[in-house]
Amino acid sequence: MRLQLDIALAHLRMRKRQSIVSLLGVSLGVGFFIAIAAMMQGFQQYFVAKVIDVSPHIIMKDEFRAPPGQAVTIAYPDGAVRLEGVKPEDEPRGIKNGKAKVAELSRLPGVNVSAVLIGQVILRYGSKDVSASLVGIDPQRERLVTHIEDDLISGRLDDLYGTANGLILGQGLAAKLGASRGDTLTALSTAGAILKMKVVGVFNTGITTLDNVQAYALLKKVQVLQNRVNVVNEIRLRLADVSQAEPLARRIEQRFAYRTESWQESNRNVLGIFVIQNGIMYSTTGAILVVAAFGIFNIISTVVMEKTRDIAILKSLGLTHGDIELIFLFEGFLVGVVGTLLGWLVGYGLTEVLASIRFDIEGFIRTEGFRLNYSFSNYLFAGAIAVLAATFAAFLPARKAARLDPVEIIRGAA
Amino acid sequence: MPEVPVLQARGLTRILPGTVPVTLVRDIDLSIGASEFVAITGPSGSGKSSLLYLLGLLDRPTEGEVLIEGQATGDLSDGDLAKLRLTKLGFVFQFHFLLPEFGVLQNVMLPMRKAGGRDLGEIRARAEQILIQLGLEDCLAKMTDQISGGQRQRVAVARALANDPRIILADEPTGNLDTKNAGIVFDILRNLVREEGRTVVAVTHDANLAARTDRRIHVVDGRIVAV
Repeated sequence: MRLQLDIALAHLRMRKRQSIVSLLGVSLGVGFFIAIAAMMQGFQQYFVAKVIDVSPHIIMKDEFRAPPGQAVTIAYPDGAVRLEGVKPEDEPRGIKNGKAKVAELSRLPGVNVSAVLIGQVILRYGSKDVSASLVGIDPQRERLVTHIEDDLISGRLDDLYGTANGLILGQGLAAKLGASRGDTLTALSTAGAILKMKVVGVFNTGITTLDNVQAYALLKKVQVLQNRVNVVNEIRLRLADVSQAEPLARRIEQRFAYRTESWQESNRNVLGIFVIQNGIMYSTTGAILVVAAFGIFNIISTVVMEKTRDIAILKSLGLTHGDIELIFLFEGFLVGVVGTLLGWLVGYGLTEVLASIRFDIEGFIRTEGFRLNYSFSNYLFAGAIAVLAATFAAFLPARKAARLDPVEIIRGAA
Repeated sequence: MPEVPVLQARGLTRILPGTVPVTLVRDIDLSIGASEFVAITGPSGSGKSSLLYLLGLLDRPTEGEVLIEGQATGDLSDGDLAKLRLTKLGFVFQFHFLLPEFGVLQNVMLPMRKAGGRDLGEIRARAEQILIQLGLEDCLAKMTDQISGGQRQRVAVARALANDPRIILADEPTGNLDTKNAGIVFDILRNLVREEGRTVVAVTHDANLAARTDRRIHVVDGRIVAV
């Protein structure tokens, strides 16, 4: 084995420039994969963590996935029934018997529950009218369900109790209004009610869609403003075990019929983008490795062609088919291994560079730089793929070399 | 009991397949004993090199077979043939065929490393010993492109001797050398027979050199015409 390895090394050393180019191909493929994976997974994990941290894990809404069936179609399921001009029942919106449902859900182990009323309002401050989504909460329960309290950059959640008509604004919303803590503004609801409200706090979750439109007030006040006393239209759950969200949401929906979404379902659009992102990442870095593999194929084919005499003499000296094949497989393998090691350095360096970049973006979430995921398994994965690709690229020329007929070559050379 | 011939050919025929099959070697019977220095002569294209490759197990005959020290080789696998070449046979070609990436010493060590069974120190010591024996003590640490053509061919002989084979097969070993160097290499080959009791079979078209061997086999059109 040592002999074959030495010969392989000698061949690579002799073609220094091509070897280095092949090495660079492999190491760039590995390095970019590591850096891009760190960036993408970092962002994705940060987003998911933020979502899990900030939003409820399960939300029950006052709507149904399928409209209720008409009595006549239920009575004659196989009949040819056609109804025209049916108006939907003018059902009062809101979750019926919300208190009992909250009580029942609270009995589930590892679950915290709060009931809220969410409604659109216009917030008016000075000359500015900004529409907002006003959430009526019970602060005692809400702090168990979302971490809004931790995201307050001014004021406290309990200030809602202490102030008449207290209001907590998202940072983006406050900026649009030009209002800050202590200011009094006017809230107008679609029900026609008007309420003077005082800003007692500002929060910043980092999730742009929340910070720009959401505001919090006491449940009772919002019910008055919306003219829907004792009504809630969302029941929010927080679970000790996040992974149970999806099955539990299905069970709750079966039990109560109201549309119930897990955090995965609520964020399906974004999570779907992540799947596409990952696909793009794998195909891009895969393409780099394929190009590198062609480079390796090329260099080893060239070496085989240049070294036909040496191959012939090695065979006449008593090296076998297998020995010759091994020599050239080693060459691919070596390029793969050394390229991987270099690639790990490149990947680590790139990740560090990315980590040091500071900027302010507002996408799904607000962040001041790349969120990076330092995962050793990415290193192993990229390395394994690179070594496999490099060895595989060497396979065809190696087999060709092993099959060369020494007599033909020696006859031709003499 | 008569001594077993070191190298034996029985009904050796080699036909290159193709639309027009070419017969390289035709029905050759041959027996070469220990400590014999044999020259195979003949015009170019007569099949003398082809015969040597068959005797050296580099090529497989279409019919007949080669026996090495009495051992039949017709049914052996490629791997077994390679092993015989490694341990029992040594090759010297017209062109030295040294590996340019390796130094002189490394080239001579190579067959021993493949054969295994010895540590690198022993292998190195033996390679040095062979090279010194062939008068190459100045070349030990050099690369193959730093020495003369005659020296290279002697290194090739040293490499052929590495695993101490009883049989040395040489294909025009002096063909690329000037008269002086050809003489040196030829003397080395003769010493291998005289002093070390090896068997040397050399293909040559040089009548002067052939005349100094023990036995001449003249090949024309793939047949032996005179022994």
